[in-house]
Amino acid sequence: MNLSTFIILSVIKIVIALAVLLTVVAYTVWFERKLVGHIQNRWGPSRVGPFGLLQPLADGLKFIFKEDITPPHVNKLLYLLAPLLSLSLALTAIAVIPIGGWVRVAGISTPLQITDVNIGLLIILGITSIAVYGVALAGWSSNSKYSLLGSLRAASQMVSYEVALGLSLIGVLMFAGSFSLRDIVNSQAGTWWGWLPKWNLFKGQFVAFFIYICAAYAETNRVPFDLPEAETELVAGYHTEYSSMKFAMFFMAEYANMVTVACLASLLFLGGWNGPLFGPPGLQYFLPVFWFSLRVFFFLFLYVWVRGTLPRFRYDQLMGFTWKVLLPLALANIMITSLVVALRS
Amino acid sequence: MIHYLLFFIFAAFAVAGAINLLAQKHPIASALSLIVVMGSLAGEYMLLGAEFVAAIQVIVYAGAIMVLFVFTIMLLNAGEEEHSRGSKVAMILGVPAMIAGLVMGAWVLVARDPANTPVGVGAMYGSAHDIAEQLFRRFLLPFEITSVLILIAIMGAVVLARKEER
Amino acid sequence: MVPLAFYLVLSAFLFACGITGFLIKRNIITIFMSIELMLNAVNLSFVAFAAYWKVLDGQVFVFFVMVVAAAEAAVGLAIIISVFRTRETLNVDRVNLLKL
Repeated sequence: MNLSTFIILSVIKIVIALAVLLTVVAYTVWFERKLVGHIQNRWGPSRVGPFGLLQPLADGLKFIFKEDITPPHVNKLLYLLAPLLSLSLALTAIAVIPIGGWVRVAGISTPLQITDVNIGLLIILGITSIAVYGVALAGWSSNSKYSLLGSLRAASQMVSYEVALGLSLIGVLMFAGSFSLRDIVNSQAGTWWGWLPKWNLFKGQFVAFFIYICAAYAETNRVPFDLPEAETELVAGYHTEYSSMKFAMFFMAEYANMVTVACLASLLFLGGWNGPLFGPPGLQYFLPVFWFSLRVFFFLFLYVWVRGTLPRFRYDQLMGFTWKVLLPLALANIMITSLVVALRS
Repeated sequence: MIHYLLFFIFAAFAVAGAINLLAQKHPIASALSLIVVMGSLAGEYMLLGAEFVAAIQVIVYAGAIMVLFVFTIMLLNAGEEEHSRGSKVAMILGVPAMIAGLVMGAWVLVARDPANTPVGVGAMYGSAHDIAEQLFRRFLLPFEITSVLILIAIMGAVVLARKEER
Repeated sequence: MVPLAFYLVLSAFLFACGITGFLIKRNIITIFMSIELMLNAVNLSFVAFAAYWKVLDGQVFVFFVMVVAAAEAAVGLAIIISVFRTRETLNVDRVNLLKL
C-alpha cells in the first residue's frame, strides 16, 4: 500500500486505540471501586447511574472543574513536564500491542496493531524505563520533602523491579525466538492433545509468570508494593503537591500502565488472542479480540483482587524481595529454560 | 527524502541538547538535556538500521545510567553551579575559533566522502538475532570479561558509597 | 540516503561539545555527564561505519562501550558521593588539597 493510505490507516487506528484505551482506563477505576467495595462488604459506587456506571464520568467532570493550584515554590517547567511525561508514555505503549490477527476492511489488509516492529517487547521495556523520570521529576519539582522522599522511593522501586521484569520475559523469548509481540503470540497457537492450549504458562513458565506478576505490580506502584503513594505513609508520595487535571493525569497514567501490563501478560503468557474460532466469518473476525479481552479482564480482576486482599510491604522488605528473591529466581528460570530449549532442538 | 528529514530532525534535537548541556547552570537541567541527546541518538541508530542498539540505548543509557545521574543530583541536592573567573579574551577568541574549526572539519569530511552512502530506513540488518550470533561466537571472550567487569563495578559501587562505620 | 559524512559531522560536533563541557564546567556531576556525551558521540560513529561497511562489528562494539560506560558511571557516582560526604562541595576547584 502506498504512503498516504498507510498514514490514514495509522491515524484511524491510533484514534480508535486511544479512545478504547481511555474508556477502558475509566471503567477499570469503576471496576476496582466496585470490586474492592464488595470485598469489603459494601456496595461501592451505586448511585450515579445504574450500578454506578456513570461514576467515571462524574469523576472526570469533577477533575475538570476543580481549581488547578500551582504552588509558588515549585520548579514550574518540571512541575508541568512530569505528569505530561507519565501520561504520554503510558498511552504510547499501546502502539505495539496487538489485539487480534489480520483483518480485511474495504480491500485493505491490516493487522490489529498500530505498528508491528521487530523489537516490540524491547520498546515496551524502554517505555517502562523512561517512565521512571515522570515519577522522579514530579517529586523533585515539588520542592517538598515528602514528595522528594516518595518519588525517590518510587523511582528506585521501579528501577529495581525492571530488572526482574526484563529477566522473567527471557524464558518466553526463548520459546518464541523473536521480540515481535505478534510472533510470540503465534508461537502459542494450537493445542496439545486437542484440549490443552499451548500457552507459555503451560510450557513451564509458571515461575516466570509469578515473577512477572510481582514485578508488574511493583512497576505500576500497586498493592502490595504501593508504599510510595500510600496515603498513610508519606502523605501522598510524589503527587502530594498536584491537584485537579495534573493529578488526574498521574491517576490515568497509573491505570493505563495497569492495562498495558495486563495486555502484555495475556500476550506473553496466556496465549494472546488464540482461542476456538466458530461461527460465521463476520463473527470470526471479532472472536480473537473477544478472547484477548477476556484474558485482559481476568488479569485486571487479579490486580483488583490482590489490592483488596493483601497488606502492603515495608520499603526494605520490598527491595529485599526483588534483589534477593525475584532476581535469583529469574536467573534460575533462564538457565533451566535454555537447558530445555537446547536439549529439545 | 524522508530519510534526510528524519535525520535532520533527530540531529537538531541532539545538537540542541548538547548545547543546552553546556549552557545550563543547574545540573538537573544538564541531565535532562543529556537524556534528550540520548533519545535523539536512539532515533539516529534506528535510521542506520541498528534497531537492537537503538532499543538498548534507550533502555540502558537513557533509562538506567541517566536515572543514576538524576538520583545522585537529587540526593546530593546539588545547587546551581558557581562561576569561576571567566575570561573575556577566551570568549572573544575561543568561540569564533571553535566555530571555524568545526566548519573546517565538516567541510573536510563532507568533501572527501565517496559516492557510497550508508543504508537507510527499511534495510534493517542489525536485528537481535544477528548481533547475538556475533556476540556469542566471535566476541564470546570480551562478553564474559565485561560480565566480570560489571560484577567488579557493582561491588566497587556498594563499597564506595557505604557510610563509614565508626 | 544520507551520506556517511553527515553522521560523522554530527558525531564530531557532539564530541566537541563533550570536550568543551569537560573543560569549562566546574560541577563534578556535569563533568561526568560530558564524558557520557563523548561516549555517545563515539557510539554514533561506530554505528555509522557499521552501516557503511555493512558489517556488524561496529554495533557489537557499541554494545561493549555501553556496558563499560554503565560500569564506569556506577563507580564514578559512588566516588562522587564519598567525595561529597567528606568535603561538602561538588565544585572541582575546591577539591584541590589532599588533606581537608
